[in-house]
Amino acid sequence: MMHAHEDTSRRSGFSRREFLKGSGVAAAATALAQQSASVAQEQGVEVVRGKKRITVEVNGEPVSVEVETRTTLLEMLRYQLDLTGAKPVSTDGSCGASTVLVDGKPALAAALLAIACDGKKIQTVESLAKPELDPVPKAFVEHDAQQCGFCTPGFVMAVRAFLNQHPHATEEEIRNGLNGNICRCGTYANVFQAVLSLVKGGANG
Amino acid sequence: MANYAWPSRDEAQVIGKKTSRLDGVAKSTGTAKYTYDVNLKGQLIAKALGCPHAHCRITKIDTSPALRVPGVVHVEVLRDAGSEIEWQGEILAVVAAETEGAAAEGVKAIRVEYEPLDVFVKDYDLEAAERAGRTSSGGGRVQTEREPGPNDDEDKFADAEIERLLKASKYVVEGFYGIDPITHCCLEPHGSTVEFKDGKLLAYLSTQNVSGTDDGFARDLNLTASDVEVRCDYIGGGFGSKFAPDYWGVAAARISQKTGRPVKFMLDRDLELKLAGNRPSAYLKVRVGADENGVIQVWDSHHWGTGGATGGAVSQNVVPYVLVPKNYRRRVTNIKTNAAPARAWRAPNHPQACAISQTVIDDLARVMGKDSYDVFLANLVNATNGKADVYREQMRIAAELMGWKEKYHLHGKGPRNGSIVEGLGMALHTWGGAANNSSCTLRIRPDGSVESWCGTQDLGTGTRTVCAMVLAETFGLSPADVRVNIGSSKYPVSGASGGSTTVGGVSESHRRAAQDALEKLFALVAPKLEAQAEQLEAVGGRIRVKGAPQRSISWKEACALLGDMPLEVTQSYRSGTPSPLSSSQVAGVQMAHVAVDLETGVVRMKKFVAVQDQGLVINPKTCASQIYGGVCMGIAGALFEQRIMDPETGAFVNCELSDYRLPRLGDVGEIIVHLYEPDSERQRGVVGNGEPPVISPIAAISNAICNATGVRVPVAPYTPQRVLEALQRRA
Amino acid sequence: MKLFEYAAPRTEAEVLQVLSPEFGKTEILAGGTDLIGLMKKMIVTPDRVVNIMNVPTLQGIEPTDEGGVRIGAATTLDVVRTSPYMKPYSAVLQVIAGINSLQLQAQGTIGGELCRRPQCWFFRNGEGLFWSSRHGTGERDDRYHAIFDNEGPARFVSPSRIAPALIALGARLRVIGPRAEDEQWVPASAFFQKPKHEQQKETILRPDQLLTHIELPPVDGWLSATYEVRQSVGPDAPLAAAACAFRHSGGIVREARIVLGQVAPTPWYSHEAVAALVGMPVTVETAEIAGQAAVQRARPLNNNAYKVQLAKVAVKRAILLAAGMNPGGF
Repeated sequence: MMHAHEDTSRRSGFSRREFLKGSGVAAAATALAQQSASVAQEQGVEVVRGKKRITVEVNGEPVSVEVETRTTLLEMLRYQLDLTGAKPVSTDGSCGASTVLVDGKPALAAALLAIACDGKKIQTVESLAKPELDPVPKAFVEHDAQQCGFCTPGFVMAVRAFLNQHPHATEEEIRNGLNGNICRCGTYANVFQAVLSLVKGGANG
Repeated sequence: MANYAWPSRDEAQVIGKKTSRLDGVAKSTGTAKYTYDVNLKGQLIAKALGCPHAHCRITKIDTSPALRVPGVVHVEVLRDAGSEIEWQGEILAVVAAETEGAAAEGVKAIRVEYEPLDVFVKDYDLEAAERAGRTSSGGGRVQTEREPGPNDDEDKFADAEIERLLKASKYVVEGFYGIDPITHCCLEPHGSTVEFKDGKLLAYLSTQNVSGTDDGFARDLNLTASDVEVRCDYIGGGFGSKFAPDYWGVAAARISQKTGRPVKFMLDRDLELKLAGNRPSAYLKVRVGADENGVIQVWDSHHWGTGGATGGAVSQNVVPYVLVPKNYRRRVTNIKTNAAPARAWRAPNHPQACAISQTVIDDLARVMGKDSYDVFLANLVNATNGKADVYREQMRIAAELMGWKEKYHLHGKGPRNGSIVEGLGMALHTWGGAANNSSCTLRIRPDGSVESWCGTQDLGTGTRTVCAMVLAETFGLSPADVRVNIGSSKYPVSGASGGSTTVGGVSESHRRAAQDALEKLFALVAPKLEAQAEQLEAVGGRIRVKGAPQRSISWKEACALLGDMPLEVTQSYRSGTPSPLSSSQVAGVQMAHVAVDLETGVVRMKKFVAVQDQGLVINPKTCASQIYGGVCMGIAGALFEQRIMDPETGAFVNCELSDYRLPRLGDVGEIIVHLYEPDSERQRGVVGNGEPPVISPIAAISNAICNATGVRVPVAPYTPQRVLEALQRRA
Repeated sequence: MKLFEYAAPRTEAEVLQVLSPEFGKTEILAGGTDLIGLMKKMIVTPDRVVNIMNVPTLQGIEPTDEGGVRIGAATTLDVVRTSPYMKPYSAVLQVIAGINSLQLQAQGTIGGELCRRPQCWFFRNGEGLFWSSRHGTGERDDRYHAIFDNEGPARFVSPSRIAPALIALGARLRVIGPRAEDEQWVPASAFFQKPKHEQQKETILRPDQLLTHIELPPVDGWLSATYEVRQSVGPDAPLAAAACAFRHSGGIVREARIVLGQVAPTPWYSHEAVAALVGMPVTVETAEIAGQAAVQRARPLNNNAYKVQLAKVAVKRAILLAAGMNPGGF
């Protein structure tokens, strides 16, 4: 008991919230929101309440955005930067439709907090259109690896990441390596052909 | 009036050529704007409170805590206290807020009290449904070669006749077959982004029915339909579930009306699965009798299933499927469950009917100890759609592509490699696919530019590209030279995209408009080329005299003859009008090659062959994609997906994609698509092919599993659990 | 998601400073592939989220003095999978390969994978960890639930796919807490628990404790493998799994550990399977016998008897795979 008491008392942030809890969830939330953009130090550790302005590099451009702590990277991209290529499909992002590259690695924007991306480099599917069309979307068009197209941007980014790692993938590696994306229309056979053409054509750079 | 026709195979410059979809780059680089992607200035984000119970009465609903959540702007109650809720997920209230997070928090804050009511979701259990009072007759039909006498009781006569025929049969198969409900699971959920401004509604709606949904909004909002514009440039999947604004679309508009702000209201994934479309189940008990050649002489079946709270099972009209013997008795029982009402799911009724009846033919082959191919072949005499010859030819082609003869073994008699056995199965299907109503307005401007407007929509089927190809073909241009506008209710009316009716409809309207326009243009050009209008043709960007290609002017020069006024033509096609451009009724044959792990029950796809007729093919590239896609969806239904409802609570337990299993790229194996387009079919004109390829896969895969293991796994999806249970039953 | 406070400390000590000792107040965020979805559905509603991805000591893989490896808990699965130090630990690599999504491997962390919440669909849809049959009809759909240790209240299956491999390999986990004496190296087998009430999770970690490292002992002649029965080649949860590690001499298994996954509320150490295997040569027959021994005490629920067969096969195949023999299957 003694230890527990000491533990809570030395954390100032928690005593405040204990008070707020007592007056009801809604009241607590109001108080939190009113403190928008508050950053406190707690024993030298930065604790963000409400909102924070973060800086990220999006498709090569530095961007400064104010986000709520709960804003996902996907929400930030779609609602605040109007980059709607990455799609919201599954709650936990596991279908792959929200795939972007974060510091060069494939990531599920639906399962990332925007605030956790502060200072990182984000590459979205939109970047593959310019300055010239990237070979991956080009192959998707050529092999008709898309139907309704809602999964396509996420699939394109997954393929981009896959080819970055496996430029000379074999057929088996392709079949085994691109299972992080769900397509409902059933474009898998065409995606496979598109990727195969890139591996064979050597144009996957 | 022009003499509407398609160019011959040799003459065609654009149609019949593999053409990349015009919006391909926009889709694959994320610039295509779907309903979910339309962000309007000042928009609110709406989220829904779905009912957690499958059957209950609302006794109290208090939204005030939600209104106190920071960022929440409006709460719209859809179901008041006293309402009876008949399925889980039904939307009780909608919260509109500044952000997704605030909306979700608002939803969580709503306080609701419920009085639980009795739940029934066991659609597969006919006896339980009867005990629960959830059944009703869905009709039936008896047909026998012998007619009852004037004094016979018809039912007793049928009983006796069926028994007599079964007794007289060389082979009798008795069995149980089934297929569980699945959902549409559109990756873009149902929803809209709407703006109510100055008494008018602009609705970006994820819909398969751009021309037919303005009215639905207007009716519920007391507007005139002319005050509503529905737009849908891109739609992330529909599969038959997105024909209406739905009550949640209307709710979004109402919130916009009340708050004066645009509203985006897309269903969350779990509600999308729970509410926004599912396919009825079907379970069948059957006895069939066949002659010494394996031709079925008598069929006696009873099937049941659920379309949810409204109860409709699979129609009796399609059971047995395609191959219908001269003597049959069929009846159907509808079961009402606490599940959201079913919606049209790609080829309504057919995949289920195929899965529960063409498996019977394969079991007949197993009982006879014969090659399933030969038994199907023998039963083509029972084909009711006049396509027996087409099926025979398609079977030959499919068998060759599959290597059927080399690989085939009798059921359960193949070599065993460790715990792995392999097998082949086939099935065949039919569909109508006649052209829908469609109108097209076409404008040719004096500068040579060509632009069209049509209130259709592109579901990913390649409609936009088909429209452009038809125009380009007619004018001797390339598809990139024409601008196609679709996706607004303010454009000329075109039918809903359902039932494989779109490609026929738009190719009718676009070809007709284009031929009419060209005829007018020819009249202007003829004097310049000192020829009669009938002597002219448009080829390769020029208008020229047939047989004297040096006498020509460029398309641009020709259009300049229009002077100041653009040439505008509107043409329509009315569904059902006989036409040389389109027809209906297609046939397809599919074959599956699977491997089964006898120790785990896991099934893997090795190879799949689809041979499909669809009359004249406009764009072989996107046409083939429809078939690849149909096969993948069929594989999903055969091996993975299933709406799982907890028998006790009626909760839809696998309502998230992490639990709602769907195949991945590595699960579908090798797929071979053959577009069957001999002259005999091509001359029929265009027929839709969105539905047909999704019909046969489940039956074909079921038959392949049975061929591999020697055991019928009765109910789809054929999961490891069910395969193991079937193997155990045999043992 | 509920609004929450957010901290991204730079050191292990700082992490501890911002964690609450009270259940449910703080959540540790690593890759987010599990937590964010749970927070969106408000199954988990912390007041504060502590992101540990900026703590350098929690990242990376290094050899230990003893000849084993130490893995930072926030190391992503792709890094673990491709590390040269991990080569001898087949059982771990096979599992990560089975979490077959580039994205989940690149974003998910090994510590996060060990601390995943149950995939149980009743839990994920808001019924809590301890669902029951209200009417006592035993008609809940429990097809993916436990076949061992399922008397309740917990009947879910341990969600970690890597845990059986780590336990089989004799891994230890470093756990730290607010007090110096909280620091401990816990055998992986002792890290998981069956919660008895809703204020407990599936690991022994207290709310103010942090899993920092996973340490694998030197391979030292141990062979290992994991076999997961997967319906799809995708990353979906397997239906049953088993990890096996053993050491042999003269063709006879001298020492072994066999741990089943997806069959019980915790990773399921099978003493019976071990007893059946030790002292025997590895053959298809002995592996089969060990598999049978593993499921002797299985007690399926309403709708999951098939998992007994799958668990048996998983054990057999894991043993054969570890021995470098053809395990069968695809």
